[in-house]
Amino acid sequence: MTRTLERPAAAHEVSGRGNHLAGTWQLVRLALRRDRVVLPIWVVVLGVMASAGAGAYETLYPTQAEREALTATMGANPSLTLLYGPAFDLGTAGGFAAWRYGAILSLFIALACIFTVTRHTRQEEDTGRQELLSSAVVGRYAALTAAVLVAAFGAVLTGGLMAASLIGVGLPATGSLAFGASMALAGLVFTGVAAITAQVAEYSRTANGIASAVLGVTFLIRAVGDAAVDASWLSWLSPIGWATQVRAFADERWWVLGLLAFAAVLLAAVGYRLLPMRDVGMSLIPAQPGPPHAAAGLRTPFALAWRMQRGVLLGWGIGFAVFGALFGSLAAGVGDLLGDSAQTQQIMARLGGSQSMVDAFLASMGGIMAMIASLYVVQATLRLRAEETAVRVEPLLATRVSRFRLAASHLVFPLLGSALLLAVAGFAVGLLHGLRVEDLGGQLPAVFGAAMAQLPAVWLVAGVAVALFGLLPKLSTAAWAVAALFLLISMFGPVANLSQTVLNLSPFQHIPKLPSAEFTATPLLWLTGLAVVLVGAGLAGFRRRDIG
Amino acid sequence: MENAISVSGLRKSFGSTVALDGLDLSVATGEVHGFLGPNGSGKSTTIRVLLGLLRADGGTVRLLDGDPWRDAASLHRRLAYVPGDVNLWPNLSGGEVIDLLGRLRGGLDQRRRNELIERFDLDPKKKGRTYSKGNRQKVAIVAALASNVELLLLDEPTSGLDPLMEATFQYAIQEEREQGRTVLLSSHILAEVEALCDRVSIIRNGRTVETGTLADLRHLTRTSISAELAGHPNGLSKLENVHDLRIEGNRVQFDVETHSLDEALRSLTSIGVRSLTSQPPTLEELFLRHYTEHAKAGSTS
Ligand SMILES: Nc1ncnc2c1ncn2[C@@H]1O[C@H](COP(=O)(O)OP(=O)(O)O)[C@@H](O)[C@H]1O
Ligand SMILES: [Mg+2]
Repeated sequence: MTRTLERPAAAHEVSGRGNHLAGTWQLVRLALRRDRVVLPIWVVVLGVMASAGAGAYETLYPTQAEREALTATMGANPSLTLLYGPAFDLGTAGGFAAWRYGAILSLFIALACIFTVTRHTRQEEDTGRQELLSSAVVGRYAALTAAVLVAAFGAVLTGGLMAASLIGVGLPATGSLAFGASMALAGLVFTGVAAITAQVAEYSRTANGIASAVLGVTFLIRAVGDAAVDASWLSWLSPIGWATQVRAFADERWWVLGLLAFAAVLLAAVGYRLLPMRDVGMSLIPAQPGPPHAAAGLRTPFALAWRMQRGVLLGWGIGFAVFGALFGSLAAGVGDLLGDSAQTQQIMARLGGSQSMVDAFLASMGGIMAMIASLYVVQATLRLRAEETAVRVEPLLATRVSRFRLAASHLVFPLLGSALLLAVAGFAVGLLHGLRVEDLGGQLPAVFGAAMAQLPAVWLVAGVAVALFGLLPKLSTAAWAVAALFLLISMFGPVANLSQTVLNLSPFQHIPKLPSAEFTATPLLWLTGLAVVLVGAGLAGFRRRDIG
Repeated sequence: MENAISVSGLRKSFGSTVALDGLDLSVATGEVHGFLGPNGSGKSTTIRVLLGLLRADGGTVRLLDGDPWRDAASLHRRLAYVPGDVNLWPNLSGGEVIDLLGRLRGGLDQRRRNELIERFDLDPKKKGRTYSKGNRQKVAIVAALASNVELLLLDEPTSGLDPLMEATFQYAIQEEREQGRTVLLSSHILAEVEALCDRVSIIRNGRTVETGTLADLRHLTRTSISAELAGHPNGLSKLENVHDLRIEGNRVQFDVETHSLDEALRSLTSIGVRSLTSQPPTLEELFLRHYTEHAKAGSTS
């Protein structure tokens, strides 16, 4: 609207567009206000991660010989490129940081952008706030534009901070800028994906779910393309693959950034095209009518919780099965190229294991699966809080359902659903690895057991989430922060040379690194005990507190 | 059991907000009790305390001879609740929600369920979001009315219904009354309260300001008098229970509380009345008075 005043010559056109975008700026400010805690956290945490790793490189690999060994062993190893992407140059701190962090950071920045866009579009419609806003002077495209701008702002800020902090630890400016730009653009691509899913899906949960599934598939395509030499073209089908193919700190390919930018603009444009094809609050895919009577089984709080949670659990279960099968079928390849020199063993140990390369790889996979499962645990637990704030818990508690029973019917999912996910992953890895090394009888139980041994750490995260829900319900979402903190400490802490005290904060550090390490029950019992205490405290709190 | 609900001196605060400040409420078994008050006066909070969803800070609360906080689950077999803000589960159809809530309460009268669905013109196959606010409320109303319970707690159940459905609702509540059920009905719609309620309680700022039968309350209303007198209206201002007195020459205009009407007219006729118009007392006027006084109190504080 202000533009109309500034440029009267183009008044007609501008006001035409201005009407559709009216109120965008106010919505941006509202969104930034609502995200004033979350946004700075993800910008800073993701922004400084790579430079911390780059800084530790000098300490971990001080000599030329060590760096050469690193390049020779890790650089071409399919099992590692599966996870981290191709290593273009491990002889410099920058090249190492770009390899070790690139794929994972682009994953996180993409998730942050997805959640940001959905929160300020579809979620506003879910809660009915959008209807309220739309009835005020707010243009049709204002909400989507504001959400895209805020997510893009976060992504660019994160990329900028990455570049600045990498330059800050003394790395070449060119590579630092290429790295920051590739990460920011990966975020922008998934900002575009979320702009589409916000139109397609009927609820914010579904919008986030579809966008995250797209992210998972692109990561998977990249993983397969990078790991399998004869299918390397696959990596070029994935935006996450492009982000690594920018080759920061290793003879940068700037034009790939253009590819990412093009995809981001294209996807966002599709979202804008889809928006006018639907009504506020509705989706492009119309809801199908349901049965006029409830099935005989729909008579308990658990049956209701199952209806609400089963889709999410199924989605995660498929993801765990696919990734497990993939890692399992490639695990044996670690030993092929690495050899068993003392030096490579030491390197591998820092990635999360010890002793035999293959076992170390399996152990670190187990840990990663558990950390990812802990995210499911937070999601499944907070569903209970989401139901409460959506005023869907009150009508249930106004029946003869007790508070304990209601909470328990949902907590089955984080507590047993997580066990199921680890079992699926452990079984898939063990089966395919066992078949490949022709030792199914030996490998399957060992790998399966190693996966299940992670459960107490995952339960501890559930305990934290339940305790927050029961005792400090308004701060429930802090469970995400706690889970992310544990994950970042365990995933990147050892590489960033963090002190043992900090590392010990994460429950995943206390799980014995099976199958290579000795099994010790003590930490498992401690973690389980602590988890039980936290869950108990949370449930006791929930029984005593006000609902709402 | 005389009273289905007895509340006295109920207090509840949310942080620094005082929602209930010594509220009293008694609902006799078998009556339909209207619960009125301006927005934010504490109606929903009271009902949520009665349901054991909120813990009272002070005062005593008895519901169906039990303690709503301690005996929540067992008391809930005997009551049904319609929340003010009905949110349905996104992937459940309206019919599924009605059945589920009925079963969780301990039983559903299938015949009454189907009859009510028909009468409220509800499509039980639609899902969560695709229902309008009014239709979501109908789902909750049908689920509550089709349950075999003694007590109905209804929190502004008709705020989204159209006039036709409002009539259907009133008819259904009459039937409930005939069945001997007790109803606590929080409402904003006066006609509804006048049509349905045996007794009403009006609350303001978390406190009960009036309670009684509708006849009692009519007694509290004021009649507007406007008259032209034979001489200067002296002495009227000395009368008690006369409000908003305006005098212009021989013309006079004032509101008088119904129980002092006789006295006021007598002092008018002693001067001599040339012409007189009066506006009859309405409950609406009484409620508006309470509501606007609330607004004034709110704007000055
Ligand atoms: N969960 C809550 N947290 C904070 N304040 C609340 C909460 N619930 C109600 N209140 C406040 O308590 C007062 C009474 O609210 P409510 O009982 O909903 O009023 P009514 O139903 O009569 O409109 C209001 O001032 C409201 O803002
Ligand atoms: Mg209310």
